[in-house]
Amino acid sequence: MKIIVCIKQVPDTTEVKINPTTGTLIREGVPSIINPDDKSGLEAALVLKEQQGAHVTVLSMGPPQADLALREALAMGADQAILLSDRAFGGADTWATSSTLAAAIRKLEWDLIICGRQAIDGDTAQVGPQIAEHLQVPHVSYVSELQVGEKAIEVKRKFEDGWQRLRVQFPCLITTLKDMNQARYMSMAGIYSAYKQEVKIWGLADIDVDQANIGLKGSPTRVKASYTKGTRSAGKVYEVDPRDGARIIVESLKEKFII
Amino acid sequence: MDFQLSREHQLLATTLKDFAENEVRPLARETDEKEAFPVSTVEKMARFGMMGIPFPKDFGGAGGDNLGYIMAVEALSKVCGTTGVILSAHTSLCAAPIYEFGTDEQKRRFLPDLAAGRKIGAFGLTEPNAGTDAAGQQTAAVLSGDKYILTGSKIFITNAGYADVYIVFAMTDRSKGTRGISAFIVEKGMPGFSIGKKEEKMGIRGSSTCELIFENVEVPVTNLLGREGGGFGLAMKTLDGGRIGIGAQALGLAQGAIDETVKYVKERKQFGKTIGSFQNTQFQLADMQARTDAARLLVYRAACLKDAKQPYSTEAAMAKLFASETAMAVTTMAVQLHGGYGYTREYPVERMMRDAKITEIYEGTSEVQKMVISAAVLK
Repeated sequence: MKIIVCIKQVPDTTEVKINPTTGTLIREGVPSIINPDDKSGLEAALVLKEQQGAHVTVLSMGPPQADLALREALAMGADQAILLSDRAFGGADTWATSSTLAAAIRKLEWDLIICGRQAIDGDTAQVGPQIAEHLQVPHVSYVSELQVGEKAIEVKRKFEDGWQRLRVQFPCLITTLKDMNQARYMSMAGIYSAYKQEVKIWGLADIDVDQANIGLKGSPTRVKASYTKGTRSAGKVYEVDPRDGARIIVESLKEKFII
Repeated sequence: MDFQLSREHQLLATTLKDFAENEVRPLARETDEKEAFPVSTVEKMARFGMMGIPFPKDFGGAGGDNLGYIMAVEALSKVCGTTGVILSAHTSLCAAPIYEFGTDEQKRRFLPDLAAGRKIGAFGLTEPNAGTDAAGQQTAAVLSGDKYILTGSKIFITNAGYADVYIVFAMTDRSKGTRGISAFIVEKGMPGFSIGKKEEKMGIRGSSTCELIFENVEVPVTNLLGREGGGFGLAMKTLDGGRIGIGAQALGLAQGAIDETVKYVKERKQFGKTIGSFQNTQFQLADMQARTDAARLLVYRAACLKDAKQPYSTEAAMAKLFASETAMAVTTMAVQLHGGYGYTREYPVERMMRDAKITEIYEGTSEVQKMVISAAVLK
């Protein structure tokens, strides 16, 4: 069984800075991590590697620094890593990103594609399903459990107020939730061999893709303005003991119909 | 001279930090208060490959190096001194001498289990009357056919009881003094080998420190480590490596205490201001961090020398001396900056201060380190 896990390197903070002209993120100076939903997807793939000998390829599109996320994936146990990196891919929205990733995936052999549900920097949850559409394969989003059979995968698809149990035939794509598992740590041996392995770098010349669908120019999304969410009103400070404090919090959340 | 960590070591640092924060910190207080050996943490460390970092993959290790290994001891000790010393004693004092001085057969027999953490290691040199004067060994080993018969006892043995493999020193020829000491690999379960009294300690209370008792223990000649009579040299070389581990433990304790203090002084208010805004606090923290960074450079240098297969004995002694004294000073300053709260168990700095004291004593007291360093200086 061959699995491709799409991962995105994201800034490890909610305090992201945004370029006011392009409306895109400034990544410099912010520590980077593998997007949490993607990391759980990778964990799920690595469990299948242990259980059934699945071959796991990690694929990421990003600037050269995204190499670090792929090294981390290798240190966790992935077999192969590919970085899609080219100036022509820069500034991509979800459409251009999924077009590019799908073009790369067409070059690979696979049975299952796993994407994280959504990235903590963009929060769109669009790239995974779009890749499936480009490739004309079925997809299931919000997967919180999975079991792999010979020709199909059984998944639990989780919503806020319920869940579905679905069987999907290979080849297919799923998007996973971070809570589905506890991603493993990079192993010590994995860390020491992570930089001895190759991270393949594919640019525009390496994939077959319509240039009208990639990069900033191939992105129909236009960011009009971006801003950091401010607090709506000043908070209230209660100097009470913890028991009263808990009661006050619960009551005010109820007042606002949050719980 | 390059003070940058390699890419591998940077990756290592992030994952070690995550591991220490998520898996070790939550148990540190209970480990100390209940004197509870952190069995489940050691299992997690094993799964993660931490019990065999500097050993080749052929022997079940991570294929890493000593710098990576001491970074692990440092990261663990930042949040729990007990967990740090368990790893240090296991790696430096048991697995390392088997790897460095063992025969191929011994390496194949013992290293894979130790490196994978399926077995834990320990080291028995100290006796009631042979501490710093290690040459005063009373434990004796007499060759009888293809076995040595071991009789005697050891005290203050880290990991005792939980360990499966013990490097034990005994006199094989009393007339030769230090040249009559030999090293043996003693295994848990060998008839006549038992664990005696467990010490109740001031710090590193979760680590198991006990007496080892040998009553006519039959140790096969195939378990002789190094050559007969070569035990003293083997012990000293092993302790050279161990000192880098203890230096790293001390370093972790010092940095851990600083990190706790930084958090505290930013929150604690007196006279209407956070205490971090007072110059006394700022200058104390400046001293604490400068000393700790200096200790880190000494400890990392010693580890890098060992990795480069260059002499490192004096450098390891300097690293251990400076780092342990730094740990003691910095943790004491951390308690002072916490004021009355620092003296309570509500904050971890009092535990760190208690844990720090032992780093000036075990694996060669500060005075022994000064003997080693001055001998090199005056050579």
